[in-house]
Amino acid sequence: MSLIAAGIHVSLGRKEILHGVSVEARAGEITAIVGPNGSGKTTLMRCLTGELACRGRITLDGRDLAAMPPEEQARRRGVLPQAAALSFPFTVAEVVRIGLEARGERADGLVPAALAAVDLPGFSGRLYQELSGGEQQRVQLARVLAQVWQPVDAEGPRWLLLDEPVSSLDIAHQLTVMRLAADYARRGGGVVAVMHDLNLTALFARHLILMSGGRVLRQGRPDQVLTDETLSLAYGCRLRVNTAPESGIWVLPHAAA
Amino acid sequence: MVAILPELRRPARLEGDRSHRARRLGLVLALVLVAVTLASLGWGASGTSLTRAVSDLAAGRALAVQDRVVLMDIRLPRALMGIFVGASLAVSGAVMQGLFRNPLADPGIVGVSSGASLGAIVAIVLGSALPAGIAGFLGWYLVPVAAFCGGWITTILLYRIATRRGRTSVATMLLAGIALGAIMGAVSGILVFRASDSELRDLTFWGLGSLAGANWPKLAAAVPIMALALVFAPWLARGLNALALGEAAAGHVGIRVQRVKNLAILTVAGATGAAVAVSGGIGFVGIVVPHLLRLASGPDHRYLLVNAALLGAVMLLIADMVSRTIIAPAELPIGIVTAIMGGPFFLWILLRNRGVLDL
Repeated sequence: MSLIAAGIHVSLGRKEILHGVSVEARAGEITAIVGPNGSGKTTLMRCLTGELACRGRITLDGRDLAAMPPEEQARRRGVLPQAAALSFPFTVAEVVRIGLEARGERADGLVPAALAAVDLPGFSGRLYQELSGGEQQRVQLARVLAQVWQPVDAEGPRWLLLDEPVSSLDIAHQLTVMRLAADYARRGGGVVAVMHDLNLTALFARHLILMSGGRVLRQGRPDQVLTDETLSLAYGCRLRVNTAPESGIWVLPHAAA
Repeated sequence: MVAILPELRRPARLEGDRSHRARRLGLVLALVLVAVTLASLGWGASGTSLTRAVSDLAAGRALAVQDRVVLMDIRLPRALMGIFVGASLAVSGAVMQGLFRNPLADPGIVGVSSGASLGAIVAIVLGSALPAGIAGFLGWYLVPVAAFCGGWITTILLYRIATRRGRTSVATMLLAGIALGAIMGAVSGILVFRASDSELRDLTFWGLGSLAGANWPKLAAAVPIMALALVFAPWLARGLNALALGEAAAGHVGIRVQRVKNLAILTVAGATGAAVAVSGGIGFVGIVVPHLLRLASGPDHRYLLVNAALLGAVMLLIADMVSRTIIAPAELPIGIVTAIMGGPFFLWILLRNRGVLDL
């Protein structure tokens, strides 16, 4: 069961952003998309979510994504956007419910559970607009989680597609969110996340896609992708990859250029 | 026995869920609307009283001729017009705000009403130039349909201009609204120059904003369009709720975004166009009503759209009673009443949201 993109080309205006990208993410593990700014990570993610029309073919568990109706897509996968400003004074509970109610399901029972999962218990009555950026990001994650609460249903695995899920979180909540994603994958769901923090990625992801200049520079296990030469080439700066007995791989930048 | 009792109680309400409050508010508003409608029927410049008419009817007596004319041909169509126009303006405002994801969007402010006015003026001035067959066929429908088309085209233009790559810019929307409004106003002005004296009289009365011209043929022409838009609006509720997350996220939760946007634009154009066609420039209902309701019971469009229709009708009926009694026996155009109440309210919303809205 997997999410496969084959030969993806994307052009915005005259500029081609993705030049024939082919990637695969499997259910049951976290797949991380990493790479420098402007390498095409978010564009690739927007193709995987079906938001951006692209040349090439994307299949979700063997089915052509472009041919799937939006309601069906919404049942198979939830998408966490990078930033989410809300224009009206919704409460946290109302925001978390939107995802399910959009297709006519009731979600009241799931709201407290989803909020507890992102470490926001007791927040359901608060106004979304009055929360901090990190809290808002976690409310959005709770909304996405409520949308695809069971990692596996009768039709197969469900997917969490997360665009920089930890970008505005403190270190403790980065761990909360990554553990939540890992647990979702452990229970059979699929997780694809755009990540910046290579160490966090190394800790949690089992499959890495390293993007550079609109192409896949390398994909594979963390120890295959996170090497001195590959990373230094991708990011254009000197990086050293170390292994520690307990925590696995960690990446250290050089102070001198 | 005692131990299991708590289990039998209804589960505690979800904190932050305001749907029960919104439903209760809707019930209260419906009752208030009934009361205000009765008051509106019983209150006016002539001495006709509703209680006398009702007691006449109850006693099996025919109504006095004057009572029948005042009630059936003047006050009743006027009250119905007030209800439909008020509901349409408030619902257009709420739908437009949901579509643009902005509490300041209002058909009157961003030029949709000007577009509808232009359509109506074109129909009034150039209608006489139409072949008699077509004009006769369209009859009373000519002005509402033309206003609908004007509002529709303006809304589409506005959305195209203000939205880039799925994001709507508030500043662009408001500024484009000013520009479009100015252009429509200028074209309307040119048409007014061409108008004959009798057409000019029609235009002046109509432009001030008034329910005074309400009669059964006008109702029959405009109400179907407004009713269709009002019945349609609640179907948009889930889509508009999801749109609050942004267009991309709305698509991700399974909403057919383009369809919701098209229907929302049609709804706004239909409701605003028909309301403007029969009542002229009545402003601020579309911005005041949804804002008050969001304060009272939250922005969930499933309740907001229904409650906006009720509160819009109530407010317009009250404004109409003020307009026809405050300087009785003369009548103050209702557009002036709503502007005096709504203008300061709009400024208040602006001040409250200064920090939140990135203008």
